[in-house]
Amino acid sequence: MAKYITRRVIYMFITFFLIATATFFLMKALPGSPISSASKLSPSQLAIVEAKYGLDEPVPVQYGKYMLNLAKGDLGNSFQFKNASVTELIVKRLGPSFILGSQGLILGVTIGIMLGMIAALRQNTIWDYGSTLIAIVGISIPSFVFATFLQYWLGVKWGILPVALWKDGWLSSVMPSIALAMGPLATASRFIRTEMVEVLSSDYITLAKSKGASGFEVAFKHAFRNALIPLVTVLGPLAAGLLTGSLVIEQIFAIPGIGEQFVKSIMSNDYSIIMGTTLFFSAFLIVVIFVVDILYGIIDPRIRLSGGNN
Amino acid sequence: MEKILEVKDLELSFHTFAGEVKAIRGVNFDLLKGETLAIVGESGSGKSVTTKSIMRLLPEHSSEFKNGEILFNGKDLTKLTDKEMQKIRGKDISMIFQDPMTSLNPTMPIGKQIMEPILKHRKVSKSEARKVSIDLLRLVGMPKPEARMKQYPHQFSGGQRQRIVIAIALACNPQILIADEPTTALDVTIQAQILELMKDLQKKIDTSIIFITHDLGVVANVADRVAVMYGGRIVEIGTVDEIFYNPQHPYTWGLLSSMPSLDTAEEKLYAIPGTPPDLLHPPKGDAFALRSDYALKIDLEEAPPFFKISDTHYAATWLLHPNAPQVEPPVAIVERMKKYPGSRYYEGTEGGAY
Amino acid sequence: MSQDIQKIPADSFERVHIDSSQAERITKPSLSFWQDAWLRIRKNKAAIVSMFILLFIIIMSFVGPMISPHDAETQTLTHANLPPKVPGLEKLGIMDGYGTLAGKEVDLYELKKVDTYYWFGTDGLGRDMFSRVWKGTQVSLFIAFAAALIDMVIGVAYGGISGYYGGRVDDIMQRIVEILIGIPTLVIVILMILFMEPGVTAIIIAITITGWIGMSRVVRAQVLKYKNQEFVLASRTLGASNGRIISKHILPNILGIIIINTMFTIPGAIFFEAFLSFIGLGLQPPAASLGTLINDGNKVLQFQPHILLYPSLILSLLMIAFNLLGDGLRDALDPKMKD
Repeated sequence: MAKYITRRVIYMFITFFLIATATFFLMKALPGSPISSASKLSPSQLAIVEAKYGLDEPVPVQYGKYMLNLAKGDLGNSFQFKNASVTELIVKRLGPSFILGSQGLILGVTIGIMLGMIAALRQNTIWDYGSTLIAIVGISIPSFVFATFLQYWLGVKWGILPVALWKDGWLSSVMPSIALAMGPLATASRFIRTEMVEVLSSDYITLAKSKGASGFEVAFKHAFRNALIPLVTVLGPLAAGLLTGSLVIEQIFAIPGIGEQFVKSIMSNDYSIIMGTTLFFSAFLIVVIFVVDILYGIIDPRIRLSGGNN
Repeated sequence: MEKILEVKDLELSFHTFAGEVKAIRGVNFDLLKGETLAIVGESGSGKSVTTKSIMRLLPEHSSEFKNGEILFNGKDLTKLTDKEMQKIRGKDISMIFQDPMTSLNPTMPIGKQIMEPILKHRKVSKSEARKVSIDLLRLVGMPKPEARMKQYPHQFSGGQRQRIVIAIALACNPQILIADEPTTALDVTIQAQILELMKDLQKKIDTSIIFITHDLGVVANVADRVAVMYGGRIVEIGTVDEIFYNPQHPYTWGLLSSMPSLDTAEEKLYAIPGTPPDLLHPPKGDAFALRSDYALKIDLEEAPPFFKISDTHYAATWLLHPNAPQVEPPVAIVERMKKYPGSRYYEGTEGGAY
Repeated sequence: MSQDIQKIPADSFERVHIDSSQAERITKPSLSFWQDAWLRIRKNKAAIVSMFILLFIIIMSFVGPMISPHDAETQTLTHANLPPKVPGLEKLGIMDGYGTLAGKEVDLYELKKVDTYYWFGTDGLGRDMFSRVWKGTQVSLFIAFAAALIDMVIGVAYGGISGYYGGRVDDIMQRIVEILIGIPTLVIVILMILFMEPGVTAIIIAITITGWIGMSRVVRAQVLKYKNQEFVLASRTLGASNGRIISKHILPNILGIIIINTMFTIPGAIFFEAFLSFIGLGLQPPAASLGTLINDGNKVLQFQPHILLYPSLILSLLMIAFNLLGDGLRDALDPKMKD
C-alpha cells in the first residue's frame, strides 16, 4: 500500500509539473498581451510596466521564476486588478464555489442513491422507469440549459427564489446548487441501479435470503453496502463535472466564485488569473482523484487487506 | 420412518421473454427424518429448481407454482406468506450453495454472517450468538475460530469458505439441509474433505439432507436414497443400492454407463446422445425417448407412470409394463445387476432368473 | 397417466428406432451476432424512438434552412425580437405571434406590421431563428461526429497497438496515458482553445486532444482479453499473420464495444461544444452552433424566452436520444447481458 501511494504521489507531481509548464508556455505563445491591448501606453511606460511584471526578462528566466514562486504557492499578480495577488483572489472566491459544489454534490448523490435504490428494488415497474427517465434527462440536459430554465421559472416567472447574485444568503445558493446537482444525481442513480441489480442477483444475496433475512434486511444490510462502495470510484469524474458545471452556473447566476472569475479572465485576457486558476483546478482534480483512489482502498475490505495490488 | 417433507405433484414454470418454460413438470418425493436423499440429473433437469422452490428462493416475478404442494410439518410451503417463509428459512430449512467463492458477502466479516441467522431465529444475546458461532466454526473444522470471526471472506480459501457456508446453514440446527452441488466448484482433494465433513456432521446432528449433484461418485458416498431427474420429472427413485445395481430406467442406465470407473477396463466412456429436452416445448411422451435406444412407440405418445419395483424403488418407464418387450440393458449395467439379489441377472448363490 | 394402463393396445409397445442425431437438432434458427443484436434493439422502444428522433433532427439540420422562407444570415432589423408564429397553429392560441410588451400581451406581428411568418421567431437582429437553429444543429452535429470519429480512430489505434504488442511498447504507451489522464479535460480544452483561433477546427482539436484516451483504454483491455484466447492462439499456430489475426479475429469481437463507446462520445462532444460556446470560447459570430444560440438566448431570457427555448430543446433532444440509443446499443451488443 505504501509503495502504491508513493508511486501515485510521484505521478501526481509529474502531472502537475507538466500542466504548469504547458500552461506557462501556452500563455507565452498566446496572441495579444493584456498590457498592450488594454492600455494606451507609450513605449517607455510599457517598458516600466513590463519590468514590473518581469515580462522584460528572457522566457527561460521567467519560467524559472514562475516555477519557483509556484512551489511557494504564489501564483503571481493579476494584470487587471492592480497589485492583487492571484492566490489571494482565488482564496477570496473559494467560499461561494465551495458551498455550491458541496451542496450540489451532496444533494445530487443523496437523491441519486435513493432513486437508484428504488429503481433496483422495484425493477421494471413504473418506479424504475420514472427514475431511469430522471437519470437520462439529468445526464442529457446540460446543466446550463437546466439552470436557465430554473432561473426563468423559479426566479423570473414565479419569483420563489432569487434570480441571481450572492446577496440573499443561503437562499442564493439554492438554485445554483440544484442546477449543479443534476449531473451527480443522474450519474449516482444510474450507477447505483446497475450495481444493485448485479448485487441482488449474486449468490450471497440468495444465501442471505436462505438465512431468513427479510427483504428490507437483504436490501440494506447486505446489498446496499456492496453497491455503494464502488460509487466512490465515480466521485473523481463527478468532481470534474462539478467544476465544469461551476464555470457556467456561476456565470449564469452571477455568483462571485472562482468559475465566474475564470470565465471573466478569459474574456479580458488576464493571463495570470487564467494560469493561476487553471493550475488551481488541475491541482484540485488531481488531488480529488488521488484521495478517491485511496479512499476506495480504505473502505473496501477486499482491497484494504490484500494490500492493494492495483 | 417419519416423513419430514412431502413434495406432491409439484409443477413450476418460469415466464421468460421466449414464453413459459415448464421447469418442473410433476415431481413427487418424500424426505424421511435423518436420511440423505440425493437428487441427480444433468444441468437443466430441474434438480436445483426443485430445491430452490422448496426454499421459495426463485424470483417471484418470473416463477409460478402451477400445481402441487410442498408439505413441511403439515404446512404447504407454496402457500405461506413471505413473512412466514422467512421464519422457516435458515431455521428449519437451510441451504448450502454451489460456489463458495461467491456465496459469502464480501464486505461483511464472516462472524457477523454466521451470527445473523442465530440472532434472527433464536432468542439469544449478541455475546451468546458469538459463542455459538465460534463453536460452529470449530465444528466445521476451522482452526483458530475466535481470531477468524473478524476476517472477511476473501481471506479464506474455497474449501474454508464452504465450511463457513456450512456453519451458517447449521447455525439453527435445521431439520432439513439442502446442499446444492456443494462440492462441484472445489478441487478434488477439497471435495473429499467437504464430503467427509458433511457425513461426519450428519452423524452428530440429526438433520435430513437433500443433496443435489450430477456426480454419481458423490452420490454413492453420501446418499441413502437417490432420485434421478430428467426433463423436469423424477424418472427413477430408490435406495442407493437399487439405483446403482438394479436400475430400470434407460436414462439411469445411460447415466451409470457414462460414469468412469477404475475396475471396469472399458476403452470408451459411454456418452448419452443428444441434448436435454427444450422445456419451452416439452415433448409429449417420455422426455428421454428421443435420446433412448430403448424407445417404444408409446413413449412418443404418452408419459409413463411410475411402476413399482419394490417398496422403495419406482421407475417411470414403459419398459416395466407387462406388455412391454424384454430388453437387454447395456453390458455395463448387466454387469452391475449381476451383483444385486433380486435382479433378473443376479448370479449369486441362490441363482437368478436367467 | 390417468388412463388405465392395462388397456393400452399391445402394438404400442413395439420398439422404435430413433435417430439420435435428431435429438441433436438445433431447434432455434441460428442468428449472426448482428442479427441477434438487431432483434434485441428492435425490442427496445426507447432506442427505436431515439433513432427516429435523431434521423429527423439530422435531416432537418440540412432541410430546415432550405424550407424556411427566410435566410439564416439576413438581418431585418425591423423584424427584430418577434415571437414564433406558425400558420395553422396560430388559431389554437399557441405560436400565434403574441408576446409581452411593457407587461401586456400583444400581437407583435401586427404591431411591427410584419405580414410574414417566423416559425421560431426572430432574434435581436431580426434573423430567422428557424433557419439559425437548424444551421446551428448542423454545425454542432458536424463537430460532434468529427470529434467522435477522430477519437475512435486514435483511440482504437493507440489502444490496439498498446494491447496487441504488449511488453515494452505497452509499458511506455500506458505511462504516457497515465500522465495524460491526470490532466483535467476541462483545463486542457480551455488552454487549447485559448491557444488556437476560435472556430470549428479549434473546438474539434480541443475535444479530441484527450477524448481518445477513454476509447484507447477500453480497446486495450479488450485486445488484451482476446489476444490470449484459444481461438487466436489456434489461428496463430496455424501461421496467421498479425494483420489477419487483428482483422479477422480481434476486430470483429471488439467492434461492438467500439460502437457503444463512440455512441457515448457523440453526446459528450455535443455537450463540450455547447459548453465552450456558452462560456464564450466557442464559435465566434456570425457563425452559430446550438451552444452560441443558447448563450445568446440566455442573455435575453427575461424578455425573449423563445430565443433560448428552441436551441435548448433541440440540444436536449439530441443528448437524450444519443444517450438512449447508446444504452440500447449497449444492451443489444454487450454479450454479458445475454440471457
